[in-house]
Order: sequence, then C-alpha cells, then structure tokens
Amino acid sequence: MTPVASTTRLNVALGGNPVLFDVTVAIAPGEAVALLGANGSGKSTLVKALLGLTPPASGAVALFGEPPGRRVPWAKIAYVPQDSPAGSGVPASALELVVAAQLTGGRPWPPAGARARALAALESVGLSDRAKDPVAHLSGGQRRRVLLARALARRPELLIMDEPLAGVDAASAEALVAALRAASGTTSLVVLHEPGPFASYLTRGIVLRGGRVHADGPLADVAPQAPADPHHDAPHVGRSQAPRLEVRP
Amino acid sequence: MSEYWEHWARALSDPLMQRALAVALLVGAAAPVIGTFLVQRRLALLGDGIGHVALTGVALGWLIGAGLGLAPGALAIPGAVVASVVGAVVIEVVRASGRTSGDLALALMFYGGIAGGAALIKVAGGTSATLVAYLFGSLATLSAADVVTTVALAALILAAALAGRWALFAAGADEPFARACGIPTRLWNVVGAALAALTVTLAMRVVGLLLVSALMIVPVAITQLGARSFSRTMASAALVGALAGASGLFVAYWYDLPPGATIVVLAIAVYAVAALAKPVVDKLRSATP
Repeated sequence: MTPVASTTRLNVALGGNPVLFDVTVAIAPGEAVALLGANGSGKSTLVKALLGLTPPASGAVALFGEPPGRRVPWAKIAYVPQDSPAGSGVPASALELVVAAQLTGGRPWPPAGARARALAALESVGLSDRAKDPVAHLSGGQRRRVLLARALARRPELLIMDEPLAGVDAASAEALVAALRAASGTTSLVVLHEPGPFASYLTRGIVLRGGRVHADGPLADVAPQAPADPHHDAPHVGRSQAPRLEVRP
Repeated sequence: MSEYWEHWARALSDPLMQRALAVALLVGAAAPVIGTFLVQRRLALLGDGIGHVALTGVALGWLIGAGLGLAPGALAIPGAVVASVVGAVVIEVVRASGRTSGDLALALMFYGGIAGGAALIKVAGGTSATLVAYLFGSLATLSAADVVTTVALAALILAAALAGRWALFAAGADEPFARACGIPTRLWNVVGAALAALTVTLAMRVVGLLLVSALMIVPVAITQLGARSFSRTMASAALVGALAGASGLFVAYWYDLPPGATIVVLAIAVYAVAALAKPVVDKLRSATP
C-alpha cells in the first residue's frame, strides 16, 4: 500500500545548519501518528519538509506517492501550522479565512458550499458566534481554533498539525480533540510535546532527538522516551532564579 | 441658491470636466481594489516603485515614437504599461528569490526609474517639463480616446482582480498555508504585481506617477480603520476612492488647484479625521450593547 506521507533518508539544513539527519518515516492510510521530541529536535522542520515548504538538502519526500509539487492531490491534505502570520494591514474575518482555506490547486475560487462548510467548521471548534469578527480581535487560543477550522473545512484525508493545542485551555482541548476525531477516516500526523488529550486518539509515536529518529512504535511504548513538557522541567525554574542572584550587588 | 446650482451646471456642461469626472470616478474606484491586496501584503510602497519605473517607460515610449516619426508622446502610455509590468514582475521575482531584501529592491527601482526617465526624455528630444504632466497628472487635458482607454483598462483590472480575489487573498493572508493547500502562490504574487503595474499606468493620468500610490493606498488606510472583514475593506475603499476622486476634482475646478494633488490631499484629510475619530467611535460602540 502506498504510504500517505513518507520521507526517505531526508536531510534538511536551515541557514546552513543541518537540522534533520537521514530521517526515514512512512505513514500508512488511517494511521494517527504523534511526532514527539524536545524543542529544536526538528519536529516542525520535518513537517514543513513533508509539505514542500522547506526544501530538502538530500533525500526524498512523498505525499500520496508524489514529490511535493503540482501532482500532489493537495485537496486531500490539510495543514495546521504552529502559528499564522501576525496581523496584516487589512482586517480579515475568521469566516473569510476558513472559506479561502478551501481553495485547492489551480482553481482560484472556493468550491460551491464553501461558506456553509466554513460556518460548520467554525461551529465545530466553538467559534460560530465569532465567525464575522476580524481575527485580530480574537484571543490567542481562539486564533488557534480558527487554524483548526481552516483545516477541518478542507475535509482532508491527511491532516498534518503542528502543536495544534498550544495556548488552548485544558477544558476546550478535550472538545477540540473530539472535533478532530469526528473528522473520521483521516490519517493524522500531529507534532506534540506530550500526547496529553491526544493520547486516546493517536496510535503510533515517532520520537525525534537531535534531528534523528530516536524511536518509532506504538504510542504507549515510545511516549516515555520523549522528554516531558519543557515548561514543567525543574531546570527551567532554576534558570529563572539565576539572574536575580546575579544582579545583587 | 440658484447661483449655487448654476455653478454645478456650468461645471458639468464642460466636456473636459465630464471626461475628467468619468475618469476620476472610475480610477478612484479601481485603484483601491488593487491597493487592498498591496496593503494586505505590506507592500504599500510597491506602487511608488512601479510609478518611478513607469517614468522610464514614458521616456522610452517618447524615444521610440520619435524614432518611428509618430506624434510626440503617442507611445508614452504603452511604454509606461510595458516598463511598469516588467518592473513589477522583476521586483516580485527578486523578492521571492530572497536574494535582495524587499526594501533594497524597491530603492533601486525608485532611483533607476526616475534617473532613467529624466535622461531618456532629453535623448528623445523632450524636456523635463514634458515629464511634469506624467509626474503630476493631466486630468484637465483628457481626450475622448483617453477616456475609452481608461474605461477599457479599468474594466480589465477590475475583472481580473475580482476573478482572482480568493487566491490573491489566500496567498497574502498566510503564504505557507496557501502553498500547503496547493495554491501556486508565486504565480499569484506575480499576477498581483502585474495588476498593480497596470493600475499605476491607469492612475497616472489622474494624479500623476508621484502620487499614484496614494490613490491605491489611502482609501484602504481609511476603511481598514473600521472594517471588520477583507471584502468590506475593499468594497468601501473603492467607494471612498471614487468619492475622493470626484470631490477632489470639483474642489480643484472651483478653486483652480491641481486636481491630482487636491484629490490626494482631500483623501489624506479624511484619513486624519477618521483616525482621530476612531477611538471615540470605538468607545461609543463598546458602550452600547
């Protein structure tokens, strides 16, 4: 069976610095995969290389069996980036962004029913009452939900998400994971610090360490090998105290 | 009271004034539509850079026209169209390749365009005074043929912008995401730059190349203060642009002022008032449930 997404001995460098080393992974249709690893382990870079947003230094990338380019069936793919460009000079409503997210390939206008789909997607992330508000008026967590709605409205077969729940409170995280689950039949690749609310949804885990695949297997087996959320690490507390000691005369 | 209406009747019965009004309304409405995409991508000054390059195109048109023995200036507008489209596409390609930063590429265009125009117009047998009509606009000397050209060009620009508006919007809102949707963003950015170049040559007759960007950008600057969506910003900017074009023209007619400059000063005055009033309006809006 052709993998939905795969890399073969992929090497990527950013600004001359190598970031990924010989990464070979393949994701089969229907799999729900967590991509785990510490900050700087290359998780986001791997996702961007898979989508053709970052060119490989060597090795190969394929989506539905095609290298990133015109022949990839982009209509089957949706991406939730880690962040979206901070406000532009012109306001855009959440609804407009989710309608425009349904464009695919060469056709410059959204398909029929795009508005209804956009409203449904915004409702599924709990933003139906803010659909017509400019995104600049939304909170960080609400903007993250717009990014999720944008992806859900595409009704993808392959959903690639980069830290989709960062900045979202625990209570709404559960609801968002349920909404993602309801988009059933999809293959997912989710970049995460820790499985968290995704634990019951994801089946396989890939752990990156220093730009290499450190572990790959059932999520329950590999998750312990991933570092805990760095924000809860003890050294972090120590670091924040250090400057105070230094500035004392 | 009747004297007031006679004033209007006299202005509107003047064929020159009729042509100027038609062009000011049309260009005033079309320019901000393209300007909205430029402001979205934070390229508000791109129109200025293209305007400077268009000046070289005007001079080249004169030079080629003189060589072919045509009426002086017959090829000025075609020259401006070609030079500005080529310039806009080059700047977009340079920007996208990341070899030169956007502002350096713009600076090179600004200076090269003006210097090239001033040098070439002398070679073509003109004087720098020849260029003044293009630098500051010539709304008062439009022929019937000019009006036809303007209508055709404005219709082309508006049709292309409306047909491509979702793709242009998507490419400008979040380029990496748009690429991951399979949208050919580089192609659309080049289309956007070419449309901006055509708009520059369209607006050249109204406000002149030095103020061309103002007609694209200032109405958008006004309406983005209060609009809640991209499409509303664009539609209301087109309305504001048309109103500024027409009212600036009348003010210029009655007080014998240069029309291009009057239109721009009027639009900027509206922006200043709107920007000052915005905090007050926002406070009132949030106070009423």
